[in-house]
Amino acid sequence: MTIFIDENTKVIVQGMTGSEGTKHTKRMLASGTKIVGGVTPGKGGQEVEIDGKKLPVFNSVSEAVAATGANASVVFVPPKFAKAAVIDAIDAKLPLVVVITEGIPVHDTAAFFAYAQISSTRIIGPNCPGLISPSKCNIGITPADITGPGRIGLVSKSGTLTYQMMYELRDIGFTTAVGIGGDPIIGTTHIDCLRAFQDDPDTEAIVMIGEIGGDAEERAAAFIKEYVTKPVVGYVAGFTAPEGKTMGHAGAIVSGSSGTAEAKKVALEAAGVKVGKTPSETARLLRELISNA
Amino acid sequence: MDLFEYQARDLFEANGVPVLGGAVATTPEEAKLAAAKFGGKVVVKAQVKIGGRGKAGGVKLAESPDDAFEKAKAILGMDIKGHLVRKVMIAQAAPIESEYYLAILLDRAARSFLVMASVAGGMDIEEVAHKTPEKLARVHINPNSGLDKAKALEIVRAGAFPGDVEDQVADVLIKLWETFQKSDATLVEVNPLVKTGDGKIIALDGKVTLDDNASFRHPEYEALIDHAATNPLEALAKEKDLNYVKLEGEVGVIGNGAGLVMSTLDVVAYAGEKYGVKPANFLDIGGGASAQVMADGLSIILGDPAVRSVFVNVFGGITACDAVANGIIQALEILGDKATKPLVVRLDGNSVVEGRKILQAANHPLVQQLDTMDGAAARAAELAAQR
Repeated sequence: MTIFIDENTKVIVQGMTGSEGTKHTKRMLASGTKIVGGVTPGKGGQEVEIDGKKLPVFNSVSEAVAATGANASVVFVPPKFAKAAVIDAIDAKLPLVVVITEGIPVHDTAAFFAYAQISSTRIIGPNCPGLISPSKCNIGITPADITGPGRIGLVSKSGTLTYQMMYELRDIGFTTAVGIGGDPIIGTTHIDCLRAFQDDPDTEAIVMIGEIGGDAEERAAAFIKEYVTKPVVGYVAGFTAPEGKTMGHAGAIVSGSSGTAEAKKVALEAAGVKVGKTPSETARLLRELISNA
Repeated sequence: MDLFEYQARDLFEANGVPVLGGAVATTPEEAKLAAAKFGGKVVVKAQVKIGGRGKAGGVKLAESPDDAFEKAKAILGMDIKGHLVRKVMIAQAAPIESEYYLAILLDRAARSFLVMASVAGGMDIEEVAHKTPEKLARVHINPNSGLDKAKALEIVRAGAFPGDVEDQVADVLIKLWETFQKSDATLVEVNPLVKTGDGKIIALDGKVTLDDNASFRHPEYEALIDHAATNPLEALAKEKDLNYVKLEGEVGVIGNGAGLVMSTLDVVAYAGEKYGVKPANFLDIGGGASAQVMADGLSIILGDPAVRSVFVNVFGGITACDAVANGIIQALEILGDKATKPLVVRLDGNSVVEGRKILQAANHPLVQQLDTMDGAAARAAELAAQR
């Protein structure tokens, strides 16, 4: 099994007619994802042809759902319009909304996240690569050809580190790899993914990648101690990051003694998680755990 | 972006938060003029974006304009925990009866906004939260319903404010919430919020952090940027839309994706222990590593005189490694004689075979390829130590 998505997930692309949206729709289609249409307010009724497949464009997510039976959306619209797009998807009662857009003001994210709490919509991101269950469904921008299906679950704040880790463990493969994003407020956390991987019978081991900023990794460590019985290895990026400097991701900042990589590593190790110093060492730790199991 | 105290004061004033008179000065003469304008005693306060300036001697009471001149002269140019004092704020003085605390901030863990209120103001609030948590009221605010008078009063009562100031403090809290929302702030903190001798509630010192992601709808942010403290290389990178942070080291680092670059810095630092070298910068060139982006990135890194070698670490996701390899070669052509430092390149992922072939065929004297991130980091550190 997989988490959050599977081969039956039907996806609409919000912002499909934009250049990023079109580019990634093509890639998602090529990796076997069931893309059923797009949403661009004001362009409803048009059609976009991608690699010979005609995709209808709708004015709103509700219209798209009514016409296509979509049960997930992926958001590529620019930061300025992202809040309206996500609220449109929540209003359509979609179970899953994956927000790829980088640079959304955190007040907007806070607003749509709070709005989603009164429905049952799961938001992944923003500022994330999305999630992939190799050969089944790929929502977002993760390259589909790094590795295939397997028995590892991966959750990560970072896109390229996700790719790197999938590559390191390409011979074993993944149930689902989720990039949860590097913003201060994100819809789906490490804990949400850890819970889902623990409950997924096909996931045998979990890789958790964190980075400096906030205390999400520390809270995930407490959750692992309490709930997760499967082997977990961890990696935290940013040991050498100086205080007060934002390292690329809006949420990646050490302020005072809070948010340091060292504190996260200590918390994870106290919960029995083996933490690698580098991506390659982390992969090695996972192999050892799997072969001992 | 963190604001200076005087900028926070101005923002508060513009939003109807009660403040005392304050003016910024960059010279003792300006300080004297400002003090004369306010009349009476003033406080001369170093403008630095770090706590503990009072203890460091950066806040002084001045009895007269001439005294303000002397105090400003002493404070301007001071170094407070590595922050050079370039400006002072001349603030009106007031008799203080009580000191309180109010803040609104982004609570990452709760994924919401949090109000903190306490009658134990004037102190380090982390210490209050730690030692006497019962003295700090913490109430979450739903971003969509906001903060009305009833909610504000509820918070003020939870913070055990004296009855005679409840109403005033609640009004200030509402104004702070409006400031927080309107300005796209992630932190608005008043410490201390004071009750003066005549019973007025005033925000005496404030801290504000604004969300850089919201700058597209806040043209006023531009004027708040502290250009003097911005590293010139960081400023140049920003112009080119590159994500660059200057660090104190010798190995230049370029990579794609914030997480991978952070990880690269760590791997370089570990490898560098043996050679006594460290990463010189963070530089994320993002998804599309075109020749121009690579050239812009390389020229910024090579513009840092501390850099002795460069590590280019790319995992081709959407970006294909052949494009990156071509980017590197073209970047070196664009830079010509300006490219003088050795480049260690590690490519993996999308089209890696083609990418490595291109670099091999180009056979550029400055470029070396290694297969792994760890190996390449070690090589880059070694090269930096040799030069």
